[in-house]
Amino acid sequence: MAVSAPAIIRTEGLTRTFGDVRAVDGLDLEIPAGTVFGFLGPNGAGKTTTIRLLLGLLEPSGGRATVLGFDTRSDAASVREKSGALLEHHGLYERLSAEDNLAFYARVWRVDGAARGERIRALLEPLGLWDRRGEPVARWSRGMKQKLAVARALLHRPSLLFLDEPTAGLDPVAAATLRDELGTLVRREGVTVFLTTHNLAEAERLCGRVAVIKQGRLLEVGHPDELKARSATRAQITGRGFSDATLALVRGRPGVVRAELQNGRIVLELGQSADTAPLVALIVQSGGQVEEVRKDKGSLEDVFMTLMEEER
Amino acid sequence: MIGDVLTVAWKEWRELLQLGGSHRGGRFSLVILVAVFGVFLPLQAGAEWVQSPATVFYWGWVPLMLVGSAIADSFAGERERHTLETLLASRLPDRAILLGKMCAAVAYGWGLVIVMLLLSLVTVNVAARTGPLLLFPWRFAVGAPLLALLGAGLAATAGVLVSLRAPTVRQAAQTLNVGVLLLVFIPILGVQALPDSWTSQLGAWVMANGVDGVLWVSAALLALLDVGLLFAAFARFRRARLVLD
Repeated sequence: MAVSAPAIIRTEGLTRTFGDVRAVDGLDLEIPAGTVFGFLGPNGAGKTTTIRLLLGLLEPSGGRATVLGFDTRSDAASVREKSGALLEHHGLYERLSAEDNLAFYARVWRVDGAARGERIRALLEPLGLWDRRGEPVARWSRGMKQKLAVARALLHRPSLLFLDEPTAGLDPVAAATLRDELGTLVRREGVTVFLTTHNLAEAERLCGRVAVIKQGRLLEVGHPDELKARSATRAQITGRGFSDATLALVRGRPGVVRAELQNGRIVLELGQSADTAPLVALIVQSGGQVEEVRKDKGSLEDVFMTLMEEER
Repeated sequence: MIGDVLTVAWKEWRELLQLGGSHRGGRFSLVILVAVFGVFLPLQAGAEWVQSPATVFYWGWVPLMLVGSAIADSFAGERERHTLETLLASRLPDRAILLGKMCAAVAYGWGLVIVMLLLSLVTVNVAARTGPLLLFPWRFAVGAPLLALLGAGLAATAGVLVSLRAPTVRQAAQTLNVGVLLLVFIPILGVQALPDSWTSQLGAWVMANGVDGVLWVSAALLALLDVGLLFAAFARFRRARLVLD
């Protein structure tokens, strides 16, 4: 019998209001240990508020959350003791050098004096920051600062790492580099990660499990593949002789959610039970000439966009 | 807890020592202050500098000017530079963060006062000594650093209260400057506004108790203010409020 990992984060009806606004609205989550958990949502969805609630920086207006077995309301200090966080801003002291920044947080987390230097080196070297450790952080690029902030969050070997949009504001190359290095570090350190992002490619690449939130409410949760499987299949049929009459025929078939003509191609959105072969045969019978049929599942982005539209 | 306080103070000190180009104006003001209290005023007073009771009371309010700039930055600066939330998300207890920031500012102000005191002694000895070494009487030697310490404590506790809520360092510094002015002028104007009978009673009390009495009563009042403001700062420190500010 498979034994599932114990939940490292559990929320029950977690709610936080600001005046009339429900920033987090009855959130029920269970996140097993060892997962990279992606928390996806548009701006203002409640992602940052959720992190603040989980770290015990804000008190919930309703419901409860336990993180690493500690109640965030009554034992927030223990949650923070065993967690690392890279929040909305990198939070680095820009007048200080990278080494001083890490030395300060190493002292904060009581990393043993003798081991401190080794630990700092072990984190900075793979990120390519070791040689510039003595420079004031103010002179660094945004990408380098984000990497340093990730290193700081991992300094004390936390069991749980909160990352609030770690690649936001980075150029695509810097974001991809950070993403790769983050993945490597997280695997090496064996830490559970709670990652908020609105970069869906990032979530798809890094996360073993994702949740989608909008206006504080949880819309979906599961493995990215599960979410994609729940979404419609897309088929693109390339060829000649497609007409509105052909489209009308296709639209009438069971399982066809949507059929459109785009740049001379028929683009189909198919339900779970739809089979493509009879549709292709129908198109051929109606006079169409089919050159290529390409069928794929929707991306996480498609799932996300569908969820956002459904909730509009 | 003490380790955590020292850790925060260590970081504050590192930041103070790393102040860069934009703070050169601040460094210049510091040099001016040290020159005024360590050289200019002792030169003007001559040998009187070590004997005059007025001298000892200088040191109670000099730290107000020194600590103000450092403590204004304590929370407002972290908020302005977006480092506060990360600090609050760490394992540091509330009181360690508060006390660490206050200790760093007090050590900075008090340390500078000690430097000024020693420099002033060197100045009067170089410029005005005619016989044996000119030294402060023991009660001044104890009283001046004590008043300076309590004055620094007053500036730090009041400053942290302001900085906790101020949106910017500039606003915190402006509020503190107004506070320092009030602290200087309210007692002066207050004494003048007292009824004549009270003023004469006060004069009689000062005559009866001498400089020592005034010194210890001033120290006790400052200590009371320090403790009161410290507890007010503890009460005002709320992580949730600081995060949302």
